Amino acid sequence: MNTPLNAVPEPSNSQAVAPAVSETRPFYWSVRREVWENRSIYIALLAASAVYLIGYTISVFWVPRGMHGMGADESTPLIVQLAMPYAHAQMLLALTAFLVGIFYSLDALHGERRDRSILFWKSLPVSDLTTVLAKASIPLVVLPLLVFVIALALQIVMQLEGAAFRVLSGASTTAPWGPPFFEMQLVFLYSLVVMALWHAPLYMWMLLVSGWPRRATFLWAVFPPLALAVIEYIAFHTTYLATMLHSRLLGFDALAFDLVDKNGVPIDPHFIPLAQLAPARFLSSPGLWLGLLFAALCLAGAVKLRRYQGPI
Amino acid sequence: MSVIEARGLRKSFGATIALNDVNLRVDEGRILGLIGPNGAGKSTALNAILGLTEYQGELRVLGRDPWMERDQLMRDICFISDVAVLPRWIRVSQALDYVAGVHPRFDRSKAEGFLAKTDIHRASRVRELSKGMVAQLHLALVMAIDARLLVLDEPTLGLDILYRKQFYDSLLNDYFDRTRTILLTTHQVEDVQYVLTDLMFINRGRIVLDCSMEEFESRYVELTVNPAQLATARALKPIRERQALGRSVLLFDHVERQQLAALGDVRTPSISDLFVALLGDKAGTAQGVTQ
Repeated sequence: MNTPLNAVPEPSNSQAVAPAVSETRPFYWSVRREVWENRSIYIALLAASAVYLIGYTISVFWVPRGMHGMGADESTPLIVQLAMPYAHAQMLLALTAFLVGIFYSLDALHGERRDRSILFWKSLPVSDLTTVLAKASIPLVVLPLLVFVIALALQIVMQLEGAAFRVLSGASTTAPWGPPFFEMQLVFLYSLVVMALWHAPLYMWMLLVSGWPRRATFLWAVFPPLALAVIEYIAFHTTYLATMLHSRLLGFDALAFDLVDKNGVPIDPHFIPLAQLAPARFLSSPGLWLGLLFAALCLAGAVKLRRYQGPI
Repeated sequence: MSVIEARGLRKSFGATIALNDVNLRVDEGRILGLIGPNGAGKSTALNAILGLTEYQGELRVLGRDPWMERDQLMRDICFISDVAVLPRWIRVSQALDYVAGVHPRFDRSKAEGFLAKTDIHRASRVRELSKGMVAQLHLALVMAIDARLLVLDEPTLGLDILYRKQFYDSLLNDYFDRTRTILLTTHQVEDVQYVLTDLMFINRGRIVLDCSMEEFESRYVELTVNPAQLATARALKPIRERQALGRSVLLFDHVERQQLAALGDVRTPSISDLFVALLGDKAGTAQGVTQ
């Protein structure tokens, strides 16, 4: 058996006792690692903003009708017409973030196995739980925050462009020329939180799936639920699963907002006043909590998978 | 003080037994080479020690159960699995930032010092570096961690001889200080002959040789025999005979060097000579060939 050649000195104190490290530090650096690795997280949002801004600028300075809402007709209330360009910017960025979040989640545990870097990450004192939570935080926290900040910056530039146009064109400065900006931002922030919570099971399902197949994670994530929906329809002539999947994608708005006002008039989704938010109804809906429970189970499964999985 | 202690370590993948009742003990301050053919169980043993795979039997690494306590254990262990596991997208500066951020025992200035001796730029991404530079970067990261156990699994695979030599020189001169323990596997056994303090051969999931290098040098002798003395030499039961430049070269175990010197030229065999003798021609039956 192996015995030391010489007397071995006692381990120094620095070796005997590991220096204290904050529990949140590995998490913070794990999130940074994700952002470094997946630059599409912010590049896609910046690119979408740039594209929108180019279109908006052309619309303002060369096609003045754009100032008053794209696609609005005469019957559309003025406030909605004014809100439209801003609402469209918000929607575009939210949709971009959703797509980025889905594709990010599908690659989250797969990429590090594919390029074998999982062996490097696992050589460091970061637990599987911390790593998976950091990955989960990207679609649930980081992307919504980025969307909000980038959308805010974009809308400020749009406001400035609008103001510049009015000054240059000599338009009346007393007529209303922009929507209630602050109110729109509050409602958008609320919408982003609602969407993150509502879509959490989708993201976490994708994250879980990214941990097991050797390839084609997209097919593994999408095909089984679709196949079950088709089987249900053929076998029972019902569409419960398809309805559920559809609701999981788009069903949050009917829960989180009152889409008709107190007079029974439908609310235009381009401008939803603060009074129409329904957080209590959203937070008390079983669909939200069942979805979050499913998301938690997927997250636990993803942690377990990462523990067992090595390079592909 | 033992750094690694395994008793009855077993691991199977379906019907394939990767580790078969392995017992091993590695003491502090040793540099152990775990050598074996492909599929012998080396990487499985290392993965078990590193907490990367489940196992049956008893295994303690620095007093901890590696499977249950991997992330705590990684504060005291470093490992390089092979030269290609650093993420290709990461910048050198980001790798330094990340390891400094998550590892309580990482000394960034030390890593910067190691890198200053190389041509590696902080802004470069790993994919822009040569294979040798990636190995240098990984070694700089690892050597700047005040770890008690360093595990190297084929750390120089695919590197040219200059980088390989530099790698092991750095390891010995800048890292190893006899309070640390190094466990390594490699197929390039000639590179590590004078690096190791201990040698272990593994085949088909079993340890077939476990000795210190001092014991290796005193126990095994290679004789290039004078043709006239061949019959006498063969009577001493060599464990392997081969031909080189028209002369017979015989490898002996536990035969007095002085006795052999009278029959021809004697020398200490290389690890690869012994490896071939024990595992090469009769790998299937070599499991019983132990000390």
